[in-house]
Amino acid sequence: MKTKIAKKISLSLFFIPAIIPMIIFVIFPILQTIYISFLSPKGEFVGLSNYFDVLGKKDIVNLGGLPRFPPWGALIQNLVWIAIHLPITTFFGLVLAIILREVKGASIIKSVIFLGMVVPMIVGGIIIRFMFTEGVGIVNGFFGMLGLKGLSKTWIAFPDTALFALIFGSVWLWTGFSLILYSAGLAAIPEDYYEAAKIDGASPLRTFFRITLPLLKPVTVVVVAMTILWELKIFDIVYMATFGGPGGASNVLALLMYLYWAYGLDYTRASVVAVLLTVLTLIIATWLLKYLVER
Amino acid sequence: MRIRKSTIVIHVIAWSVALLWVLPFLGVFMAAIRPFKEIVYGWWRFEEFNPSLKFFANALNNPSFPMSRGIINSFIIAIPSTIIPLLIASLTAYGFARFSFPLKDYLFVTIVFLMAVPQQMMVIPLFFIMKDLALLNTYLGLILIHSSWGLAWIIFFMRNYFSILPVDVEEAARVDGASHFKIFYRIVLPMAVPALISAAVLQFTWVWNDFFFAMMFLYDPGKMVATQCLASQKGELHFDWELLSAGSILVMIVPVLIYAFLQKYYIRGMIGWVRKG
Repeated sequence: MKTKIAKKISLSLFFIPAIIPMIIFVIFPILQTIYISFLSPKGEFVGLSNYFDVLGKKDIVNLGGLPRFPPWGALIQNLVWIAIHLPITTFFGLVLAIILREVKGASIIKSVIFLGMVVPMIVGGIIIRFMFTEGVGIVNGFFGMLGLKGLSKTWIAFPDTALFALIFGSVWLWTGFSLILYSAGLAAIPEDYYEAAKIDGASPLRTFFRITLPLLKPVTVVVVAMTILWELKIFDIVYMATFGGPGGASNVLALLMYLYWAYGLDYTRASVVAVLLTVLTLIIATWLLKYLVER
Repeated sequence: MRIRKSTIVIHVIAWSVALLWVLPFLGVFMAAIRPFKEIVYGWWRFEEFNPSLKFFANALNNPSFPMSRGIINSFIIAIPSTIIPLLIASLTAYGFARFSFPLKDYLFVTIVFLMAVPQQMMVIPLFFIMKDLALLNTYLGLILIHSSWGLAWIIFFMRNYFSILPVDVEEAARVDGASHFKIFYRIVLPMAVPALISAAVLQFTWVWNDFFFAMMFLYDPGKMVATQCLASQKGELHFDWELLSAGSILVMIVPVLIYAFLQKYYIRGMIGWVRKG
């Protein structure tokens, strides 16, 4: 009996050093944010009314008078970010991973593209702002050369282009992630499968859709989930390049939470935005977890 | 030997993409070494070309937010914020990989969820907790936050690694009467060195690159980390490209060097997410 208790204590020592700081500095603050989101600024419990209040604000959803340029609200702009950025980076990373298998110097190319993942996002924000600035920016120079005056202006200064400058800039930063994961995924597919397909006379396209793509599914799930999480949490780039502007046209939930709190001193609304953002990330996490468990 | 046309096309495409990807970095580098008036019609023009390192000096010695101090502060924060969670998390990860106990699955799901939660979800209450503990605006406070925040993903990452290690040696040691701790420190940890380096490289880079936590919990200009100094050197209305470009290069140099020298571990760490959980 005594040894059994001693064993239990010795086993729990593996967990206690991690669990205590996580409870104090992570889990408790998370629960308290949920709690604050249900209180009025005076501290009374008001149920979901803060949520109705925030969701009704134009900062979050602003879809009146469409079609028109942003601001569409931070939540919608986050979703637009996902809708554009996710397919481009995932597809582009996969295509590059496939092409680079036959290219000399592929490891150098991969390193260059992956560099966007390594630099601080705050630097990413500065570089994005730089490359979309009239005169000095390479993107503006390119469109200027083509004679497209409308696209050679400073993108981040105008509501119709600011959000898209950030989204395309973030493609540049993030494509390295799917490229690296897909490269590893492709390398793990046994050569025999392809040889068997060749013997059966399957076309390269058929081989790709019947062998390569299904075998890459686990990679695709991780790439998609991690990419959406990254897009939802995007903050530094926006903070540095546009600060959500002009007029909220490039704002996102993570920055809106900060603005409510640090500029508005509005704990309630800031907490509600944080909870909404967390709910979105947990939907993705649940999906990923389910997939990992079922596999 | 005949070179196929498609081979040439593929090489041209791939290297063009690489060139395209490097251009923004090249642009910011040019802006960092050349006066703004030279590049105002494009950094790719070289009618006038007077490179200098003076803007790096300006960023390092900025009177309000000196980058020289910021880089030192970043090291002060990032080194302990890498070592502490790594030690603690590998202990717990081993527990998850080898022991079974009630509530284990729930605990593990909680940890996976914590990996997904945004930093915004905890900063408001954490601000007041730090204030009560007198840890606001201190290095120790930010180190504790980064360490606690990093635990979840490192536990997940190391558990994945431990669960693919063969258990034979551990079982043999147990038969010989070694305790769990002894097995962990003497046998498992040395075998896990590659994974530990991967986790350390990623955690260090993430802490170094972090801006949000630092901005929330450090506000004394003398204590600010490098990313904060860089962001603070941006004026309210005016974007000083010379200063900001030089500052950008200075801040990114450390993670880029880590990546350059420890690329193998960096990439393995990234790929670790795909490994079966």
